[in-house]
Formats: sequence, structure tokens, C-alpha cells
Amino acid sequence: MVLSEPRVMAKHIEPGMRVALPVDYAGVSMAMTRPMIEHGAGDLDLVCVPTGGLQLDQLVGAGLVRTVETSAASLGEAGGAPRFNAAVKEGAVRLKDATCPAIHAGLMAAQKGSPFMPLRGLIGTDLLRHRDDWRVVDNPLADGGDPIVLIPAIKPDVTIFHVPMADRFGNVWIGRRRELAAMAYASQTVLVTVERIVEENLLADEMSAAGVLPALYVTAVARAPKGAWPYGLWGEYPADSAEIARYAKAARTADGFSAYMAQAQMEPA
Amino acid sequence: MSDVLPREVLICTIARLLDGVRHVAVGASSPIPAAGAMLLRAMKEARGAVGPRISILGSVEHNFFTNGSAELFDCAGQGRIDAFFLGGGQIDGLGNVNLVGTGDYPRSSVRWPGSFGSAYLYFVVPRVILFREEHTPRVFVEKVDFISAPGVSPEGVFRSGGPVALLTGKGLFRFDKTRPGFELESVHPGHDLAEIKQATGFRFEHEAEPRQTALPDRSTLDLLRGRVFDELAETYPEFAAQMRRELGAVDA
Repeated sequence: MVLSEPRVMAKHIEPGMRVALPVDYAGVSMAMTRPMIEHGAGDLDLVCVPTGGLQLDQLVGAGLVRTVETSAASLGEAGGAPRFNAAVKEGAVRLKDATCPAIHAGLMAAQKGSPFMPLRGLIGTDLLRHRDDWRVVDNPLADGGDPIVLIPAIKPDVTIFHVPMADRFGNVWIGRRRELAAMAYASQTVLVTVERIVEENLLADEMSAAGVLPALYVTAVARAPKGAWPYGLWGEYPADSAEIARYAKAARTADGFSAYMAQAQMEPA
Repeated sequence: MSDVLPREVLICTIARLLDGVRHVAVGASSPIPAAGAMLLRAMKEARGAVGPRISILGSVEHNFFTNGSAELFDCAGQGRIDAFFLGGGQIDGLGNVNLVGTGDYPRSSVRWPGSFGSAYLYFVVPRVILFREEHTPRVFVEKVDFISAPGVSPEGVFRSGGPVALLTGKGLFRFDKTRPGFELESVHPGHDLAEIKQATGFRFEHEAEPRQTALPDRSTLDLLRGRVFDELAETYPEFAAQMRRELGAVDA
């Protein structure tokens, strides 16, 4: 593990990489969004685990995204994701519409080093009809006539998230947000921003150890206070819904989006 | 009982539809379904019985999962979730749900957020209640533009769950998966069959004179307006406050 800073960590991202991002309440590293845009590596294939919001919308708005695999995209109570929706309408991004458990299943397959994970449901949906990477097979363990969908392993090049703390050994506290561990297990590179870095070893205490992602899976950690803002961070601070609404309004047009992103005031007030 | 608000009728109807479930999951922005589940729990507990377990997604207080956002789906796959609610930008007469958008996919002319977990949960949760307050022909269409989750599945496809009812701001329908299709069960106060036909883009079965949706009795209303709105305010403060404002206006 390397103690880093967001601008340096963004350099891990190369054009054409597959990048996994967490759902809005799990710990989104908004602190990395701006450095990623400044770094400028494009043609990204985003995987939203399992849905996307502000970070997805800003990366799409900045023109860095080639495909989006997600179960949904929205700004929650602030409405639809404006730049994502515009890009969909223009055909500027390729969509891989999914359903939440299919994304979890794909990561689970990667976690186990398996090529795929079978998943119930999906048969008869237009999601399946538009996914040429998902396959229907007959359950080989049944006597026949039991079709089931195979979800291929999702192996991101990079996973990026934000959590309350890491220790100086690179162990990262993820609490009950276990999807962050699933993303990390599946990914080559894991970039984490944290509110604070603590002195004590988080693995030394049994009470905290179970909620820790060990440094083994962590490529780099950077301190970024209020790094999920304007999203909230579990156990730390609530979402700034006024700021999310302000973005939603500004980003209705491409010009409004550019003006919002150009503001110097991107750090939390 | 003219002082019952339309949304109170919906909440009480949901409580009735959920009777008997052990575990119900409710979406993050679904105050009316959450209130219905909380009302059922309060009614059961008032009688000394055990109420349903309620998981509200995205809530900290009403969510006991510790295995990340995958756990809800695993839990449903194991048969541990008895009831769930689905909305939909479009719902058709076969119970198909569209959460993706209208027009030619993928370049949808109107894009909604997406399918979320519907393409799985609709298959494995036994009692899915379709709930959409807006009852208009643009929502209830003859055929959805995109199937996020199908109402029924062909023989041989694993299907332990699916829709049982459709509740709207105007009435309550039951879903018959053998036909398949909807049957109008009751009409909410202030609405009638002709209006519902006008507002529904698909054909449905109905009695010549459908009955009115049952109204809650006084003790149910007291539970709803007391304990349930208190509980609801923890997760949906704005909704609970709005309901209490409307009740204040009725009393005045």
C-alpha cells in the first residue's frame, strides 16, 4: 500500500480501463472525480455497483466514458442523471443495462476466480435480450428443462471508493459495506480515499478486524476529508442534498455542466 | 368516515395485502409501502401477535443487513423475503414492468433510472405488490416499451415469485397469473369504474358494479396516525409531516 494523494492516484487510470464505482450510499470517492477528469484518461468502461449517480454523471459529462454497466442511474431525490441521460439519448455512451444482483454475481465470480456465476430471474426480460455477454444454459445438475442465466465474471482494472478510515499499514475500514470488499477482490488496482488515517493497526482488534479490507487488496490510500461530499458517508456525515440539487439543475445543459465543473469551489464548504 | 385521506386508504390497503408475511422489503423512497408495512406490524403487535420484519433499503435504522447491498438479493434468493413493492414508468396488462424508458432502446426518448433489482426480485419474491399512485394511460399501457421484469414466465422457467396485486391512486386490482391479467377488485372512494377504464391503457376484468375499497376502522386509523406516523418520521420525515399537515387541515 502506498500513502498517496488523489491527483497521484488518478494516474493509475489509463484510457480504455474498466473502472468500478460504488452505489451512492456505500462510500463514493467524489474526491477522485475531479482528479480523474484532470488526468483525462478516457474511453472508460464504468461498472456501477450496482447503481450510479453523481460520479457517473460527471465522468460521462466530461466525456471520459465509453460504456456504462449499471442497474440504474439517477441523482436520487434530485431526479435523473442529466449528462448520463443526454449521452444515452445521443448514443454517446454504450449501455449495458443490468440488474443489481447480476452485477454482484459478476463480481462474485471474479472473487472466486470462476468464469461465471449462474443467476435466477432475467429470463424473458429485455435486459437479457440486449446482453450478448449473458448466456442461458440448461442447468446441468437438473434432469433438463431448467434454463438459467450465466453472468460472466466482472474483473475491473480499477476500483475506487471512499471510507472513514485506513490505518498506516494500508488496512481499510469498510464496516458493513461488504460490496466494497467484493469490488476490491475482483479488481487489479484499488484506490481508496479516507477521512483519516489512524495509528493503530485495524486488524489488531477483533471488533474492528471483521470490518476491514486488508492492505493485501489495496493499491493506494489518500486522505481526503469530506471526500464523499456532496454524497454522505455512513457513520460520518449526511448527504448535502441542496448541493446535489444544485448540480442537477446546472447539469441540465452541457454548458451548465461545464460552468458547474469549472467552479474553483469544488471542495466542501 | 369521510375524514380518511386518500393516502390513508392506500396505506391501509397495503397493510391488508401484506397480512401474513414474515419479512417485507421496501425501497428507499417508498413512504406509502413502508407505512403500510409499519401499520400491519402495529396492528399485529396491538393484538399481541408478532408483526412482520421490515427492511427499508438505504435506511440505517430499519436495515439489519451486514453483507453490503448484495445481501437483500441473496436473502430473496433464499426465500427469506415474502413481499416487495415495484413501481414502474410503464406497467402493462400482462404485469410486465418497464423501469428503463420509452421509445427505441437503447436511445430511449425518455430514460428512467433503470431496472434496479426488479429483473431478479420479481421472479423470486412470492408476493410482489405493484404500486403506482399515478393512474393514467401513459403509465398503464397495453404493452410496455421495455421489459425490465415480466409478469409471468413460460412453463419450465424457475419462478417462485411474481405480482399478486396492483394498487393505484384510483383502485385495487388482483393479478391472475393463469389468464394472465388483472381484475379490478375495488374502487377507492371518489372514483368509479368508468373513470378507471378511461385511465387504463390495458383491458381488465371487473364486476358490473365493483365494490368500494374497504376503509379503515377507528382503531386502525388511531394506530396509523399515532405510532405509525411517528415511526415513519424517522425515515421519511417530510412525508410524515405532510400527512400530519393534511390531517390538521381536515380537522380544522
